[in-house]
Amino acid sequence: MSANIATTLPLGPLDPERTELLLRVVESLEPSTLQWLSGFAAGVAHERAGGRPGVSLPAGPVVAPAARTEPTARLTIVYGSQTGNSKRIADRLGRAAEALGLAARVYAAGSYPVRDLARERMLVLVVSTQGDGDPPDDARGFIEFLQSRRAPQLAQLSFSVLALGDSSYPKFCETGRQVDERLAALGARRLVDRVDCDVDYDTLANAWLDRVVTGARDALGGNAQSATVTRLRTAPTEPQFSREQPFAAEVIANHPLTGRGATREVRHLEINLAGSGLTYAPGDALGVWHANPPAVVSEVLQALHLDGEQSVVLDDTAKPLREWLTTGRELTRLTRPFLTQQAERSKDTRLAGVLQPGHEAELRHALKDLQLVDVLQRHPAEWDATSFVKALRPLAPRLYSIASSQEAVGEEAHLAVALVDYELDRKRRLGAASAFLASLQGDQAKARIFIEPNERFRLPADTTRDVIMIGPGTGVAPFRGFVQHRGAQGATGRNWLFFGARHFQSEFLYQAEWQDAVKRGVLSRCDLAFSRDRSIAREYVQDRLRRVGKDLYSWLENGAYLYVCGDAERMAPDVNAALMDIVAEHGGKSRDDADAYVRRLADDRRYLRDVY
Amino acid sequence: MTEQSPVERIKRDSRNLRGALVESLQDPLTGAIREDDTVLIKFHGSYQQDDRDIRDERRRQKLEPAYSFMIRTRLPGGVCTPAQWLQLDEIARRHANGTLRITTRQAFQFHGVIKTELKTTMQAINASLLDTLAACGDVNRNVMASANPVETRAHPVVHGWAKQLSEHLLPRTRAYHEIWLDGEKVSSTEDEVEPLYGPTYLPRKFKAAIVVPPVNDVDVFAHDLGFIAIVEHGELQGFNLTVGGGMGATHNDAETHPRVADVAGFLRPEQLLAVAEAVLTTQRDFGNRAVRKRARLKYTIEDRGLEWFVAEITRRMGFALEPARPFRFETTGDRFGWIEGFDGRWHLTLRIDAGRVADTARGPWLTGLREIAKVHRGDFRLTPNQNLTIANVDANARAFIDGLVVRYGLDRHARATPVALNALACVALPTCALAMAEAERYLPRLTQLVDERLAANGLAGAPLVLRITGCPNGCARPYLAEVALVGKAPGRYNLFYGGDGKGQRLNALHLENVDEPTIVAALDTAFARYARERTAGERFGDFAWRAGLVGAQAT
Repeated sequence: MSANIATTLPLGPLDPERTELLLRVVESLEPSTLQWLSGFAAGVAHERAGGRPGVSLPAGPVVAPAARTEPTARLTIVYGSQTGNSKRIADRLGRAAEALGLAARVYAAGSYPVRDLARERMLVLVVSTQGDGDPPDDARGFIEFLQSRRAPQLAQLSFSVLALGDSSYPKFCETGRQVDERLAALGARRLVDRVDCDVDYDTLANAWLDRVVTGARDALGGNAQSATVTRLRTAPTEPQFSREQPFAAEVIANHPLTGRGATREVRHLEINLAGSGLTYAPGDALGVWHANPPAVVSEVLQALHLDGEQSVVLDDTAKPLREWLTTGRELTRLTRPFLTQQAERSKDTRLAGVLQPGHEAELRHALKDLQLVDVLQRHPAEWDATSFVKALRPLAPRLYSIASSQEAVGEEAHLAVALVDYELDRKRRLGAASAFLASLQGDQAKARIFIEPNERFRLPADTTRDVIMIGPGTGVAPFRGFVQHRGAQGATGRNWLFFGARHFQSEFLYQAEWQDAVKRGVLSRCDLAFSRDRSIAREYVQDRLRRVGKDLYSWLENGAYLYVCGDAERMAPDVNAALMDIVAEHGGKSRDDADAYVRRLADDRRYLRDVY
Repeated sequence: MTEQSPVERIKRDSRNLRGALVESLQDPLTGAIREDDTVLIKFHGSYQQDDRDIRDERRRQKLEPAYSFMIRTRLPGGVCTPAQWLQLDEIARRHANGTLRITTRQAFQFHGVIKTELKTTMQAINASLLDTLAACGDVNRNVMASANPVETRAHPVVHGWAKQLSEHLLPRTRAYHEIWLDGEKVSSTEDEVEPLYGPTYLPRKFKAAIVVPPVNDVDVFAHDLGFIAIVEHGELQGFNLTVGGGMGATHNDAETHPRVADVAGFLRPEQLLAVAEAVLTTQRDFGNRAVRKRARLKYTIEDRGLEWFVAEITRRMGFALEPARPFRFETTGDRFGWIEGFDGRWHLTLRIDAGRVADTARGPWLTGLREIAKVHRGDFRLTPNQNLTIANVDANARAFIDGLVVRYGLDRHARATPVALNALACVALPTCALAMAEAERYLPRLTQLVDERLAANGLAGAPLVLRITGCPNGCARPYLAEVALVGKAPGRYNLFYGGDGKGQRLNALHLENVDEPTIVAALDTAFARYARERTAGERFGDFAWRAGLVGAQAT
């Protein structure tokens, strides 16, 4: 590819030295990054031609920061995204504003220059909540600033917040709620009231979006300039297949990655993308629209004493109840709103008690460990079919980190899927999506899928940089893609993998491939931690990190990128704590300095996390 | 000089068997050790293996094969104490797959020890005052001796010689202590010498056995080096020396074949170590180091002649052998049940099918023997037929032992047919890397099929030495059996007839590469003729030759 560029690139205005410099930078970049670069350069040119100094880099291929407008007469959209949903809505909003002739700019929260806040007139925030009420990684700095005493008074500001969350967690939409309250406390005026969206956010988000752009147009009124937004890429050709219009992809391989004696099963799936036009980069996720397992649907129908064949009409759609429950609604994950309704209908005081303040731990436990059917069986209540379907959340797709690189596998995407399969009171409980995926066997097996880009989890464009990957369990999935990619790229930077599981013999996911990568020199180092093996020291990845802290710190000092993927609840904080300790110990730093060091890593996008 | 086999290079570069074993054991990425080290670890008494039943399954799981290690003890003459038995039992349950296996060479094998438990297991074995040094590899292996060595005063004396011989022929490297027992490292391995073996050890494995006629349980003619005890009036006079026996062969390679040892002469007991050393060093210096499958002593003797060989060892010994003395063997089988020894103590031999001591549907044998070991005051003897003798029992303790034997289902010898009692099988699948077909796991069905054919032809209860191996290397000494199956491919075997039941005559190929129905049909035909045409007392192995089932007429 580089040879190709060298021969076709006109020398143009550049001297040979700069030409070479440019080629060296361009050589390793992916097409999407190249497109972004062209827009960035255009933005810089625009600023120099009379715009404000101090261009800040946008997070990725988004709308330009560069529109020359009155600072006040402009819509600023900031998103805090962990899995890409907030970003998608923010981009959609940006496009909608543009279409109405509004000047708009879209920022990832981590890239937003907070000193601009005092000058904003119209700010829209789309922000999700992670796990137990935490902000997305990328938005931490922004929110900390907002909550701090440094935050300016914002009497001039109109704003609106769209909060995304998952009602199966107790602190639903916590981050959005906090931001909303704080902005109001700082004197800002709500343009449109906050909307809290559950996993099925589309309907609510679209309604909110319409009201925001209309409101913004009215408020900015005549001040709004006609569209002068600099496009950073040519009109983005929406891929033919998307979240809303998924591609029915063949499942060409589906078998266990775990051996006999494993404490849980993890399966390897290979999805055929041929004919879809879908492409992905390492770090991206694959969205899967699943169908609920027939056994789960039947169990729910039984618990309700409802006939699965009766027709239920909702949103002008008539379908048999069984079909609503199979492909239309979430049927395994519990939500707080549903529990509330069930408590009312069942008149069960025990259930109602869990929902009272002071019982958060019980609620968290219930939301995590119980499935819908457990609640139906334990706290029986009368439901008619329509009310029941209405009370459930629409089915949401599941996202899985793609475990391959197209450089290595062409038109395929590979997944490593942990099967949720456990017993509760001697009843088998299956995870809906993983059970669905596991069932996709044979020639006819197809899954409705789409690509969910994850710009926040990208390999360094500079292939000479070292990469440290921490991915216990199925968290190792994206790193299989990373290592495949780096190998295909001939990246000269070193690659260091940390993997952990319970058992060496049965749960060392992709063991043979890592061994091969070490043999070929693609993987420079591989550190392992197994937590339930008798004959070796029981360790978790964070323990392993500490043991090799000296080397790890020296890699970081050398400019390495650090990636963490996997469990957000315990692993990611533990790894973060280990990282702090390592930096403090081996960098000879105080707690605060170590904290700042790690924070800077994150700000520099060298400490990237994909945790869930 | 012809090019040496790659194994010779590995040995030469190994710094007296150290290689990179320490590094291999520490590599956390794999349950295997480095390829070169798989050769060297044999000298330490262990083989790297994997569960072949799930090899393909694991390949699809993108997992490496389920590697584990077999560990073999050195146990001269197969004797161990009850205390040792209890320790080995514990090791089997804690570190291995919960079974103790009695080998055809009177040793114990542990199976399924994973790499990260290898060192602990080795240390536990050594803590029981046993070791595994030279239990495998190109050295003198475990020295065998007739298992029931207490019938005359000569028997314990012979047993003492087996032990001395084993110690005398041990490698002297400190590598074993360094690697497994945390022994102090030798400052420079260049100063460390192997006085007997030299830096490249032997060209191939070397097996030795001592036998006390008339029971040829050790199959003395199947070994590189053998001693036939000559006992007169209960006193040991000396030994006939046998050299150049060996079972191993390669399918479809005429250059390789099993061989019955030659009797080379007679020696006095005190000459035994000097003779053994001369035989071993002659093989060290003249054995074939270019082609491993031609590297056993039997080929050295075959290629150069027995006369040359005797002259060479005579030169090395500095004395000549006397003419061989007469001897007579009656059987290779064990005598089951209680036998009284010369000193009035009693010995109970139990049938352990394929030598596998385990708690199975057949009975809780591992548990039972553990209970016996807790109360037994004599010792245990592993027989060359993979059986177990509870030895040196006081007359008044017999009833108690009998009670335990019945309680734990260990009284199989009282019920099994002669075929089942005498059959031998190697381990083969799923762990042995060389296996081409089932052996141990197929033995129960095979003995049943053979017994059915015998019974159908009115031969129920006829003695018959049946042996099966999963490959042609001959661990269960199949080429001396009256009927033998040697594995060719899954479910397919070469069928041999014609051993003499005394371990003195090789059998011969009857049918090549045949499946079970063909084998059963062939046995049925042969047994039908045997039933009709046999002479009084004629064994099936003898009949097979006379009737032309094998031999010139058959081919």
